[in-house]
Amino acid sequence: MNNENSLMPLGTLEPDETATMAALSGGRTFTSRCLALGFTPGAEVKMERNSGRGPVVVVVRGMRLALGRDESMRLTVRSRRN
Amino acid sequence: MSGAIKVAFAGAPNTGKSTLFNALTGLKQHTGNWPGKTVEQKVGRYRRNGTRFSLIDLPGSYSLSANSLEEQTSRDFLAIERPDVVVAVVDASTLERNLYLVRELLELGLPLVVALNMMDVATRIGSHIDVALLEAVLGVPVVPLVARKSEGLSRLIDAIEHLARKTSMESGDPLSMGSALEQRIDALDYALPAELALPYPRRWLLTKLLEGDPAVVVAVKAAVSAADWQLIEPQLRDRDATALTIAGARYDWAAAIYRQVVRREKRSASWSERADHVFLHPIGGLLFFMTLIFGVYWLMFSAAAPLQRWLNDLVVDGGSRLETALDGWPDWSVSLLSDGVIGGAGLVLTFIPILAILFLMLAVLEDVGYMARAAFVMDRFMHRIGLRGKSFLPLFIGWGCNVPAITGSRIIESRSARLTTALVAPLVPCSARMVVIALFTATFFGSAAVFVSWGMVMVNLAVLAVMSLLISRFLFRGQQSSFVMELPHYHMPSVRGVLLATWERLRRFVTLAGTVILAMSLIVWFLSTFPGDGVEDSFLGHIGRWLEPVGGLMGLDWRMVIALLTSFVAKEQTIATLGVIMGTGGDSALKTNLSEIMTPAAAVAFIVLQMLFVPCVASVAALRQETGSWRWVAFAVGYMLAISLIGATAVYQGARLLGLGV
Repeated sequence: MNNENSLMPLGTLEPDETATMAALSGGRTFTSRCLALGFTPGAEVKMERNSGRGPVVVVVRGMRLALGRDESMRLTVRSRRN
Repeated sequence: MSGAIKVAFAGAPNTGKSTLFNALTGLKQHTGNWPGKTVEQKVGRYRRNGTRFSLIDLPGSYSLSANSLEEQTSRDFLAIERPDVVVAVVDASTLERNLYLVRELLELGLPLVVALNMMDVATRIGSHIDVALLEAVLGVPVVPLVARKSEGLSRLIDAIEHLARKTSMESGDPLSMGSALEQRIDALDYALPAELALPYPRRWLLTKLLEGDPAVVVAVKAAVSAADWQLIEPQLRDRDATALTIAGARYDWAAAIYRQVVRREKRSASWSERADHVFLHPIGGLLFFMTLIFGVYWLMFSAAAPLQRWLNDLVVDGGSRLETALDGWPDWSVSLLSDGVIGGAGLVLTFIPILAILFLMLAVLEDVGYMARAAFVMDRFMHRIGLRGKSFLPLFIGWGCNVPAITGSRIIESRSARLTTALVAPLVPCSARMVVIALFTATFFGSAAVFVSWGMVMVNLAVLAVMSLLISRFLFRGQQSSFVMELPHYHMPSVRGVLLATWERLRRFVTLAGTVILAMSLIVWFLSTFPGDGVEDSFLGHIGRWLEPVGGLMGLDWRMVIALLTSFVAKEQTIATLGVIMGTGGDSALKTNLSEIMTPAAAVAFIVLQMLFVPCVASVAALRQETGSWRWVAFAVGYMLAISLIGATAVYQGARLLGLGV
């Protein structure tokens, strides 16, 4: 697939992969909290730790954050993966 | 000058806001709750050259959206009380994220001083901030400091004092949201009546309305006429999308300033990141955490337990000395002091050394920044039972004693997760219950005792898992606490901060023992002492007889019922009560007597009952304190009572049907 801008859940990024925030879902309280933490559309997100199970660690706006697995699947990113 | 300058400290978690607050106030602070809320409020005093400052530490929050009770409390205080000066405590090492809150505070139009904390960490990670430029861009004073080392505090006070003495605030241009949003703000401004009986600044109100902030929408709807609302409502239709745009606009602003004032050096991974390769590792991190817990436990029991026993002897000894000293006083008054006051509340206080060690270790782990990592490694498991990683620690502490487990739930930020943790904590089999179980299993099951005990522990943990699932699914539905947590940089713990936090928690425990636990001990003492002599003729004794039919369902006679009832004072009281009622002769006589009055099936039923029965008096008091309402206490007591009675009856009747152990 030669799609340069594929949308995918944040939780599916490989460690060290970088992507751009695209959309948020999962209820107002959750999205509002994420927005305040900097997960606004267009923001760059880097996956730091993702073992395929359990929570992940991402870097957004210079801050390292732990995200639950479910939560990481509710954030959609635009990946530069080919 | 009349009154002190009122200064509020706002800031996100992990910005060192409390460290700064503690550095300024030291012990001249007191902790309470916000009026009518279960959110902690810290107020302190500071004085310099005759000028008095009244400092308020607002709950940590990432934004001024009302996402949690804490955030709403902060926001209402800022918007309605309008303190003389607001100090925005900012972590210099994550400046971009922190500017978001600064921006929201600016939008509220409050007199602001930015405390640029953790300058040392920023330098360490290769981030150089042009403070003068930041000050110019923001248009408010910016004071760099390192609260942990008390650096820059006097300059901060200078800035606060200067700002407070300023008579007029030059209000700068409103911070633009971009033309599309500005048009919508203008349109909404037109629809909203000019005079509103709401305490918020108008532009801020308009923005929050567009964002669809639930609390603001409700307030405005109540303040305007139905006809006006008809005009307003259509403009708020796509609030979710608008919230996204507004947050985006604020972050664009923050990112632009960040790029302008911060120069970043290329550098290799920070010490924190490298350490996290171990601490966050799915296996390594778990092993480390388990070892750490074991270490804390070992410290508690090797260093503090002997001290506890010594204090215990002292209390028991003091009680009997008191009885001698009070020779000639009426019997009831002697018993009141020695059994009620000293035997009840006094005994609880002997746990201070154990708790001191525990609280100290917790404070160190929090201060170092490890707590977030512990929550990370445990989240996978706790998630399955409807809880999140952070709940593990308080629950684990419950093996020793449920009281610190309940009060320890305070480390969890989300209210629903905190309440769930506190409400299931009494199901953790505490050491006092294990003592009772040991006696019964040894009496009835001989060599199989250890398996029965182990099985019972498993039963308790299973009930705990089911209850926490039920509570989080049904009582807090829709308030699912999401696991989104900052991993702060590790740093050396500050001795002052750790000691203050330990002291604060210990003080809370002592207050609890001195008030609620004391009062409850006295009530139970009264019921078990009057009107006759001895427990069997007391009110409690009568209650026990009256409840005998219920006990019969589980194969228990009135003596067992009373023993169970007195376990409300303290779980180990069961044995003491049985000792009193069934005559003396020591441990072995008690065992013989026990096997005479009940069958093995009834014994198992009693074990189930004892393990799951209502929380002890101290736990009830702690639950009241942490949940802030007697209704939650009633809920916890009620569900445990129901489960224990149903469980024990099922065990006994089931065994009878199968003809086992009767």
